[in-house]
Parts: sequence; C-alpha cells; structure tokens
Amino acid sequence: MAELKVNFHVTRYNPEKDPKPYIQTYSVAVNDGMTVLDGLHWIKENLDPTLVWRYSCRMGICGSCGMLINGTPTLACNTQILHLSQTDITVGPLPNFEIIRDLVPDLLSMFEKHAAVHPNIIRPEAELTDRTGEFYQSPEELEAYLQFTYCIKCGCCMGACPTLATDVRYLGPMPLTALQRYNADSRDEGFKVRAQVASADGGAFRCHYAGECSRVCPKGVDPGKAIQLLKRKLVLDYLHLANRKKPCPKLEGPGHGKLLPNMTAPPRTIPE
Amino acid sequence: MSNGTKYWTWHMAAGVVLLILLGLHMIIMHMGGTLHLFSPTGPDAVSIANSQWRDSKICFTITYILLLGVGLYHGLYGLRTILLELTLKPAVEKAVTLLLTLTGLALFVLGSWAAWAAHTIAGGRA
Amino acid sequence: MAAITRHNNRLGVWGWLGGGRWGIERYAYILHRLTGLGILLYLLMHTVVTSLRVRNIYLWTEGGFFHQPIFRLGEFCVVAAFAFHAFNGIRLVLVELGFAVGKPIEPIYPYKTSVGVQRPLLIAVMVLALLFLLVGAYNFLGLAR
Ligand code: HEM
Ligand code: SF4
Ligand code: SF4
Ligand code: FES
Repeated sequence: MAELKVNFHVTRYNPEKDPKPYIQTYSVAVNDGMTVLDGLHWIKENLDPTLVWRYSCRMGICGSCGMLINGTPTLACNTQILHLSQTDITVGPLPNFEIIRDLVPDLLSMFEKHAAVHPNIIRPEAELTDRTGEFYQSPEELEAYLQFTYCIKCGCCMGACPTLATDVRYLGPMPLTALQRYNADSRDEGFKVRAQVASADGGAFRCHYAGECSRVCPKGVDPGKAIQLLKRKLVLDYLHLANRKKPCPKLEGPGHGKLLPNMTAPPRTIPE
Repeated sequence: MSNGTKYWTWHMAAGVVLLILLGLHMIIMHMGGTLHLFSPTGPDAVSIANSQWRDSKICFTITYILLLGVGLYHGLYGLRTILLELTLKPAVEKAVTLLLTLTGLALFVLGSWAAWAAHTIAGGRA
Repeated sequence: MAAITRHNNRLGVWGWLGGGRWGIERYAYILHRLTGLGILLYLLMHTVVTSLRVRNIYLWTEGGFFHQPIFRLGEFCVVAAFAFHAFNGIRLVLVELGFAVGKPIEPIYPYKTSVGVQRPLLIAVMVLALLFLLVGAYNFLGLAR
C-alpha cells in the first residue's frame, strides 16, 4: 500500500514554559498497520524529540498508553491510525486527570482511589496465612468476578466518565469495578468494609449509567456492569434481601471437596 | 453503613411511586379531552368545577399529599446529587443539604395544608 | 527550581454533555438531568400556585395569569419532560438495580457490554415516551375537543 500522510493534531504542554496546553500538528508518514503509538514514535524520531508520552508494553497489556484519540479515551498501542482516518487524527492526554506534560496524565489520584476500595481478599488472617489448604471455588463462582479481573488500570474509563468531569471525590469506574471484583469473589468476607466506601459520597451512587466507561474500555471489562451489580448488592443488603452466603470453605487436603469432571479447553477464538 | 445506600434506595422507590401517581396525574390533567377521567363536570379537566369535585374526594386529597411528599423527596434529592457532584466546599455542601431539606419541608407543609383545606371547603367530610 | 505547575484537565460541567463521539446513553443521561431539574422547578411553583385555590384563586383557569398561551406551552413542555424522564426512569431503575445489564461474561473480542444488553430497553421506553407525547400533543392542540 502506498504511504499516506496523516496529520496528527497533538496536545502539547510543558509545565515549565506553557501557561496552558496547545495543539501542535505533525504530518506523519503512515503505513498499513501502524498504530497511533507507532505514529508518536515516528514523530519523536523524525520531527520532534521533545514530544512526551507514556507507554511500556506496546501490546495492550500494561495500561500505560491511555489517551484521548479522536475524542475517545483509548489505548494508543491498540488503535490503528488508518482505522480512524486517512487524513487527520487528534491525540490528547486522558481527560479528568492533571497533565504532567504533553500526553502524560497524572494517574495517582486513580491509584489512590483504587487502594481505598480494599482491592484484596478479606478473610481472617489465620485462614490466609495457613498454607495447608486451598479455598474451594467452583467455575460458576469464578465467573461471577472473572470479567472484572481483566482490568489493566489504564484509566480510559476514568477519562470518559461524565461524573468525574466535575466530581473530584467520585471513585470512578476503575476503582469501583475493582471493588465489585472482590465483593463478588466467593473467597471474600469484606463486603461490610467495602460497603462503607461504596455507599459514601464519592461511591457507587455517583454513577448514572451514562455507559461511557463500558463503551471505551479496551479490555471488555464493562465497568458499568460491575457498578450496577454493586449497587444492586448494596440496596438488597440494606433491605435485608441479599442472600448471605458464607464465603467458600477451605479444603482440608487432597480429595476433599468437589473434583471437576473431565475438562476440555474452550474453543479457539482465532482461526488456526 | 453510611446513609448513602438508604437515601438512594428511597430515591429509586420514590421514582417508582411517582411513575404510577404522577402518570395518573398527567393523564387526568392533560389527556382529559381524550379520556374524560375524573372530570365529571365537563371536558376541561382543570376547570374550577372539576378541581373542586376532585378536592371533595378524600382519596384525591390523600394522593395529592402523597404525590407531593414523594415528588419533593425524589426531586430535591436529585438536585442535591447534581450539586454535590460539582466538588463544593464541605461547608457549602452542608448548607445545600440544609437548604433543600427546609425547602422540601416548607412546601410539604404548605401543600398538605392546602390539600386538606381545599377538601374541607369543597364539602368533603373529614 | 521553579515550582512545577500542572494543568487541571477535568472537563467541568461541559464534560457532562460530552462531545459528538459519545453514545446515546450519554445523551439520555444529560436529558434525564435536565428534565428532572425542569420538572422539579415546576413542582416547586405548582405547589404554591395550586395551594392558592384555598383562597379561591385559580390562576390557571380562563382569565387567570397562567392561562396565557406562553404558560400553556410551558405546561406542555413539562408534560414532554415528564414523558422522557418517567419512561427513561423505568430503564434506569431496571439498569441501576442490576436487572438489565446481564451477568459477568468472558470478554472475547469484539467485546459485548452491558450497554448493548440494555439498548433494546432504551429503544422500547423511548418509543413509549413518544407515544405518550403524541397523545399529549393531540390534547394540547385541542384536537380532542
Ligand atoms: C415519573 C416517574 C419518575 C421516575 C420513574 C423517575 C426516575 C428517576 C431515576 C431512576 C433517577 C435516578 C437517575 C440516576 O441516579 O442516574 C431520577 C433522577 C432524578 N429525578 Fe426522577 N423520576 C420520576 C419523576 C421525577 C419528578 C416528578 C421529578 C421532579 C420533581 C424528578 C426529578 C429528578 C431529578 C432532579 C433527578 C436527578 C437527576 C440526576 O441525578 O441526574 N423525577 N429520576
Ligand atoms: S476498566 Fe477498562 S478502561 Fe477502566 S482502567 Fe480497567 S481496563 Fe482501563
Ligand atoms: S456508567 Fe457510571 S461510572 Fe461509567 S461512565 Fe457512566 S457514570 Fe461513569
Ligand atoms: S503500551 Fe501498554 S497498553 Fe499500550
């Protein structure tokens, strides 16, 4: 395929010089298959070594390269330029965070909120440290939270959420999804502790299901779903209608608990 | 548990109650021409005669008071939600909550009193 | 070294509206807000105005202050706002209580999300709201008389 020139309209901001961000346009030589991340590299190598962004894995795993691309928060490494446009694309830092420089948002506020939701299994210390047995969890129990574990903490959902556009306290889709991930885990006993966080002013009820987080999430985590399931649990618990299942037991040793029938691998999702 | 879940649960419940009561209210008041519900004295649903006929019925008086209370709670809680999402100072947030609560209570008292008084005037027996 | 400043990139109230690239649930959300506020404003005034009937003041009837066409139109807007808010409210109650978002699934590309699960519901309630509005308009325009 012939090489194309695509204009990258990139947000620039140097806190030591610039009073506020501005847009700089670069003409990028684009080949088929090039991602927006590749385009940024091309700019840095060929046009402007001062351009700054954050990335690491360049394969949609590390969650570093979340940006506002053509008005949608998404991963630069997971977005092909020619899938968006043959002529012009805009690249900006994720909204709803402070900008450190150019395309680099300060994600610390998100990570602090993440830490605040108790994103870990809560069980009596003795049970967690005693190494003689495993927790028994059925495949169905695993499915109740598995989807929410795929989150890579990229913050795209945080950049898309309308509530976070004004509300500094709102925990936001990523931390609330992490909260629901542990609430839904059959090994966990921490519902009461997390309910405190989730029903407080910055909690789950600041979500109005605008659905943006689910739409933009590059990993199919569906934070909107997690948050609504969380609200459901909170309300049912308040009305004393929640079924209070005991957390799953610890197996005493080999042979204790249910053994799985012959297992087969799931069907392939890509052609051989 | 913090009270957030409690208030929000009742906000949702109020929405469902409003759906039924306010739905009826809207149909009676604005679709009189088509449906002629509870307006025995003529097609204009909001004529004085029709208003007074409804005021004389105790079930209307009671639903008016219920509708008012539920509507005020639902609406003012919703307004509070919106205002609190603006990242206000804690003192301002307290003031907002207080102001909205007082507004709600004042209007509830006024409206309930009026509904009751109208019922008595329209000839309904207490 | 100069103190490093940062640029606050929160979108502010305009961020509620979103840009042209957001989905229809975003617009439903913002309309739900606006109509909710509109109906609330009306309710506050309505309570005072109707309470005056105790003093035998009927401002909304023939010759009354609120019988002017502009207020009649305003009232119809309230009916319209109600139609949207109420029917969309049904969807929100179902969605936000976790009835219409589906169960957690394995995320396999192309991803299916809860947004798609509740979309038919959104379309259904909007059709109902429109029907309600049409009947309201039929009455408003006096066609029923
Ligand atoms: C007719 C039945 C109604 C239903 C089913 C309904 C339903 C709802 C629901 C489910 C919400 C929550 C939205 C969220 O948290 O995302 C809401 C919010 C709201 N409602 Fe209603 N509502 C109704 C009537 C009313 C009335 C009569 C008023 C005004 C007095 C009103 C004012 C509001 C306001 C101001 C909000 C806040 C909007 C926001 O947070 O974005 N609603 N309504
Ligand atoms: S939920 Fe999705 S969009 Fe949000 S941080 Fe996790 S991976 Fe990123
Ligand atoms: S669904 Fe909730 S958390 Fe997700 S973007 Fe919308 S308001 Fe934010
Ligand atoms: S560089 Fe790791 S997710 Fe894009």
